[in-house]
Parts: sequence; structure tokens; C-alpha cells
Amino acid sequence: MSSNARFNVFPTRMALTNMKAKLKGAQNGHNLLKRKSEALTRRFREITKKIEDSKRKMGKIMQVASFSLAEVAYTTGDISFQVRESVSTAQLRVRAKSENVSGVQLPNFEYYIDGQNAFELTGLGRGGQQVQKCKDTYIGAAKVLIELASLQTAFVVLDEVIRLTNRRVNAIEHVTIPKYENTIAYIISELDEQDREEFFRLKMIQKKKNQGKADEENAKNIESGELKANILDSIRDEDVIF
Amino acid sequence: MANLLRERSLLALIGDEDTITGLLLAGIGHIDNKQKSNFLIVDSKTPLSTIEETFIEFTRRKDIAIILINQHVADMIRQLVDDYDQAFPSVLEIPSKDHPYDPAKDSVLKRVQRLTGDN
Repeated sequence: MSSNARFNVFPTRMALTNMKAKLKGAQNGHNLLKRKSEALTRRFREITKKIEDSKRKMGKIMQVASFSLAEVAYTTGDISFQVRESVSTAQLRVRAKSENVSGVQLPNFEYYIDGQNAFELTGLGRGGQQVQKCKDTYIGAAKVLIELASLQTAFVVLDEVIRLTNRRVNAIEHVTIPKYENTIAYIISELDEQDREEFFRLKMIQKKKNQGKADEENAKNIESGELKANILDSIRDEDVIF
Repeated sequence: MANLLRERSLLALIGDEDTITGLLLAGIGHIDNKQKSNFLIVDSKTPLSTIEETFIEFTRRKDIAIILINQHVADMIRQLVDDYDQAFPSVLEIPSKDHPYDPAKDSVLKRVQRLTGDN
């Protein structure tokens, strides 16, 4: 966009007032959006830090969980088939809650346990305790994973929103506000020009009027040419008389 | 958006046998009334096309909130995972028993690092 772009308006005082109001609005909006973007960025940084920590924690917890599964395999034997076959409906589910950060809905997953244990009988013969322990470990791991997933979702959403907000901030700062400013400058210069023109015109009219009067007088004088000298003489005479 | 979120309550899972067994034991497994499960077991014999199809199907399902995928499986369909940029369902790469976790490969962590590196 060229630097001297402006709105297509008639240079009138009313348009000037309107433009000034609009410029003020744009500046207000710019300030607000900028503040929003800053708040979001702050939140974003926090989340980024948390994600990095959680990812590391996840690595550790999954390791522990795998180990406990190995313990189960050692005491109970392979239970994977049994577990897979007895799957029916999910007990560990998530519920999404949204949190509001300066107008942006950030999802926050929360786990909840629904229904009773489907694997009650797993490891009934041997290693039931191990199975229970393994189950608890994996529930713990799932909690960490859910937490991480909500952070990650928030990250993706925030990333998107921040980019959008920054784009708007920049658009207002570099396109809209200069456009209004250019329009205002244009209207002011045009109004000044009109003022000067008006003034000049008045001057001209006055000059013309004066000239017209003078011409008329001259014409009258020429018409009654012989009177001229007489009149002047008589006035002068009168002067002398006084 | 809130209404959309309320329906998403499941976790989906793509991974090796051990990871799946463990997490199923935790109770995330779900088979709906159309006999569709929310998990896929990947072993050395699973064709790549099946993984890709399942991943795409999971991302399109309306009842899944989070997709957990083993990192070594994610590596097989890296292009798909990297290109996936929607917020819901969120895709999470998790380590597996046989493959240590490598943060450098994670699609989200890559973005995290790029952002923190820039700033």
C-alpha cells in the first residue's frame, strides 16, 4: 500500500470531524489489541515452559509405567490379549473445560473416571497386586499425558490467536492509522486552500467593486466632461472662499 | 466451541502392544456400538497405509479429544503428523518402551523450540 493512501472523502469540515473521531477509535483499538497481544504472549511463554517440563516428566513416567507392565508380564504372564478383549467402554475419560484468557477460550482437559473397573478379574489367579499397581501407574501416566495434551492444545490455539492479533495490530498501525492521518492532512490542506481561495476571491470582488465604482465615476465624468473641470474648479473655489 | 468440546471425551491411541496394553488397563479403551475401537496396535507387520488411515480417521472423529501416538509410529507418518495443525483433537507423541523419547523429533516441541529460540 502506498504511503499516501487516503479515503475517498469530500474535504469538508464534517468529514474532518468524522475522520478525527475514526482516527481516535483506531488508536484506541490499536492500544487495546496490543495489550491483548502482550497478555497472550505472556501466557504463551508460561505454557511453553510448562510444556517443556511436562514432556520431560512424561518420559520418566512412561518409563516407570513400562517397567511395571514388565513386572506384570513376569508374574502374571501376557495379559495384553485378555485386556484387549475385555475393552468395552472407556472409564477414564476427559472433560474439556475452557479458560478465558483475554477473550480467548483455552481448553483445559480434566480426566474423570466413569463406570467401574472392567479388569476386576484380570490376574485373579496370579499377580493381581501387580496388575493393580500397573493399572495405577498407567492411570498416573494417563493423567500426565492429559495434562500435557491440554497444554499442547492451549499452545496451538494461543499460537494461532497471537498471530492473528499481531496481524491486526500491525495492520492498524501500518495501514489504517496512516490512512486516516493522510486523509486528515488532505482535508486540512484542502480546507486551507479553500480558505485562501475564498479570501482571494473576496479581495478580488472588492477590487472589482472598487474598480467598477471608479469606472462608473469616470464614465460619468467623461459623459459630463466639461463639468469636470468646473466642478473641481468650483470646489477649489469654494475652498479658496473658505 | 464449548458445545463442540463437550462431546469430546475419549482418548485415542496408536502405538505398540505394550503401550496400548498399559493404557487400556488404565481404562481408556472404548469400543462404540459400531464396533469401532479407539486404539490401533502397530507392530512390524502393520502396513503404513493402515496407520495413516487410522490417524486420519481419529483426527476426524468428533468424540476424540486427545490422540496419543507412539513416537516411533509418529515417525512413520511424520509428514501427516507435522502437517496436522488443528487444536482438536490434539495429537500427543508419547515414548514407547523400545524407543527412547527424542524431544527433537516432536512436532509440537519443534515449534516450541523454534519459538523460544527466536525470542
